[in-house]
Amino acid sequence: MRAVGIILAGGNNHKMRELTYKRAVAAMPVAGSYRCIDFALSNMTNSHIQKVAVLTQYNARSLNEHLSSSKWWDFGRKQGGLFVFTPTITLENGSWYRGTADAIYQNLDFLKKCHEPYVIITSGDAVYKLDYNEVLEYHIKKKADITVVCKDLAPGEDATRFGTIKMDDSMRIQEFEEKPMVANSNTISTGIYVIRRRQLIDLIEHAAQEDRYDFVNDILIRYKNLKKIYGYKISSYWSNISTAEAYYQTNMDFLRPEVRNYFFKEYPPVYSKVSDLPPAKYNPGSYVKNSLVSSGCIVNGTVENSILFKKAFIGNNCVVRNSIIMNDVYLGDNTYIENCIVESRDTIRANTRHVGENGIKIVVEKNERYAL
Amino acid sequence: MIKKEMIAMLLAGGQGSRLGVLTAKVAKPAVAFGGKYRIIDFPLSNCINSGIDTVGVLTQYQPLRLNSHIGIGIPWDLDRNVGGVTILPPYEKSTNSEWYTGTANAIYQNLDYMESFNPDYVLILSGDHIYKMDYEVMLDYHKEHNADVTIAAMPVPLEEASRFGIVVADEEGHINDFQEKPKEPRSNLASMGIYIFSWPVLKDALVKMSDEPSCDFGKHVIPYCHENGKRLFAYEYNGYWKDVGTLGSYWEANMELIDLIPEFNLYEEFWKIYTNSSILPPQYISDQAVVERSIISNGSEIYGEVRNSVIGAGVVIGKGTVVRDSIIMKDTVIGENGVIDKSIIAENVRIGDHVTLGIGSDVPNKEKPAIYSFGLVTIGENSVIPSNVQIGKNTAISGVTEAEDYPNGVLESGETLIKAGERV
Repeated sequence: MRAVGIILAGGNNHKMRELTYKRAVAAMPVAGSYRCIDFALSNMTNSHIQKVAVLTQYNARSLNEHLSSSKWWDFGRKQGGLFVFTPTITLENGSWYRGTADAIYQNLDFLKKCHEPYVIITSGDAVYKLDYNEVLEYHIKKKADITVVCKDLAPGEDATRFGTIKMDDSMRIQEFEEKPMVANSNTISTGIYVIRRRQLIDLIEHAAQEDRYDFVNDILIRYKNLKKIYGYKISSYWSNISTAEAYYQTNMDFLRPEVRNYFFKEYPPVYSKVSDLPPAKYNPGSYVKNSLVSSGCIVNGTVENSILFKKAFIGNNCVVRNSIIMNDVYLGDNTYIENCIVESRDTIRANTRHVGENGIKIVVEKNERYAL
Repeated sequence: MIKKEMIAMLLAGGQGSRLGVLTAKVAKPAVAFGGKYRIIDFPLSNCINSGIDTVGVLTQYQPLRLNSHIGIGIPWDLDRNVGGVTILPPYEKSTNSEWYTGTANAIYQNLDYMESFNPDYVLILSGDHIYKMDYEVMLDYHKEHNADVTIAAMPVPLEEASRFGIVVADEEGHINDFQEKPKEPRSNLASMGIYIFSWPVLKDALVKMSDEPSCDFGKHVIPYCHENGKRLFAYEYNGYWKDVGTLGSYWEANMELIDLIPEFNLYEEFWKIYTNSSILPPQYISDQAVVERSIISNGSEIYGEVRNSVIGAGVVIGKGTVVRDSIIMKDTVIGENGVIDKSIIAENVRIGDHVTLGIGSDVPNKEKPAIYSFGLVTIGENSVIPSNVQIGKNTAISGVTEAEDYPNGVLESGETLIKAGERV
């Protein structure tokens, strides 16, 4: 194989608000039946990349549980496979990962022992499909040192939470600004990079010697005039979930038939850990419109324009509108939920009302389920 | 040395001809059940939940679907270094090559497989019942009674007992006699076709009876053990157990799953049922859809109305179509503005627009009245039904059908329409 994969899944984002209290962004449940990292992992396996390292740090328990077996993404192999790297104390180093470049530096032995000539780096917090081989072909054709996969945001979308890019006609990157105060370009970096393995090792080692730890600021931006860094534009669906609003919107996108077909029906498929849940059950009184319902759900009430994740229980006379009900939530009878994200394993008492008045409300309610 | 206390042998080679076109291309244990499951998932899940990690699955009739469903046993955690699940088809021998001619003959032909695990006990199962059962408790019973053979048996109403193989046992459970479909039953304990044998007893009986043509457990091996003074015990089971051998009972058992609190509950955390499901995405219920009293599996898209039905994975039900009291299996697509009443539609069927199933009077099926009854419409897998046709009750359809096959656009009640070819 020509490339190894690295998935950066260590991050937290305070813009996710309460949602990251219990898990890393990459472990966020998405689109009813998946976790965010499934998209990157499926892209890797669908691009025939057989050796993938996942770098985790922040609150990795949930992510580790999801990755406990690599067979769901076909990484259960003798050759290659899935490697999960959490910071460890070694003779030389006792720190956490101080940044993305440092995270790779602390696991540089993995890269040194590989024989594949290229590395695909991606983040675990985006929902997309991409054949990395196409980017790799482009990278080789351009004789690039680094290729950055980028995307034009639609007018009106906020570019300031991303790295913004300006390129010349040959697609070589001229300007790269990380999370600018004012965006002067609507082309953003998706955080997906292709780089030759030797090149990456050199750059990372060099950055480490200078006590620099961030891949974007200390490598991409610092080297942008010295190295040939090219952009590869995608126009297919790509969405980063790392704010509460973006997370909500990304999930709601799946109510659109074109998005649903693109991810659920078109080749190649997205893989995830199998959870052995029975079919969803609709009891008398259920009234469901324009919604996604996952396996293991039991619906007794009204659900409109919403997404029910796995094993949600909707009690009698409940009303759920424009909301995301995450895994294993129990809604007691007569509950009213509108414009909310209900955190997984919540138990909501009967007759409760939660409405997101100005934007999305995140509901975290841990009541004793079986004492109800 | 390899040693397993108890191994299971699962008989999955039968056709199940009473399921009509549903089993024309697949063995009965591979027929879908309860939306996302197949019948064999129940005994296989029972095995792993009971701590049995070595299961031989004996296949013969149309095994392709079974083979690909079971694979190396990953969904049931039966992918093991030692043991796990093994598919055992009939094979050629240097002398006397034959098919599996009976249940006991099939097991006899796999003596070497069983021997290789050096078991103390062998559990014999069949792959065509829906139930949850802890075989370990049954084994404890077997050991407690110092039994040679333990037969799981279930109390049935005395008036129905004449349909079953009846075991007559004393208070201790010691079996005195057997009655096969007796006119005057002396007991209401029906054999469930689940046996635990002490391995030396089973081996001896199989070898001694090996010349018996179509050697069968119920007809030959169990009576042989009984006549030779072995200790036979009945293990009484009182949970949910359903034989889904006929279209009527198959339909009924599916429908029982949609009760408010079903007697056979798939939603319990304890004793999960595992299956091999390749379709992961959630199901979509559109804004014109109506869904009530139904269970629906992963990846289905509902644009019409679904009531009292069991819907498999990846099914599409078009706008304006009404589905009632029906079972629709995996990947079937139904067009718009149709009516589907009391039908069983197998996997990967295409049904056009404005199609009505299950109309007219309850006329018995002309060809096979014993199979296609209960007022059901049964459609075999990979079939195609053109737009604008009406189909009556007690009918069976299989193959790629065209508008010409329906005189005046109608297939009357009681008719059978079997066409060659299938949708690819």
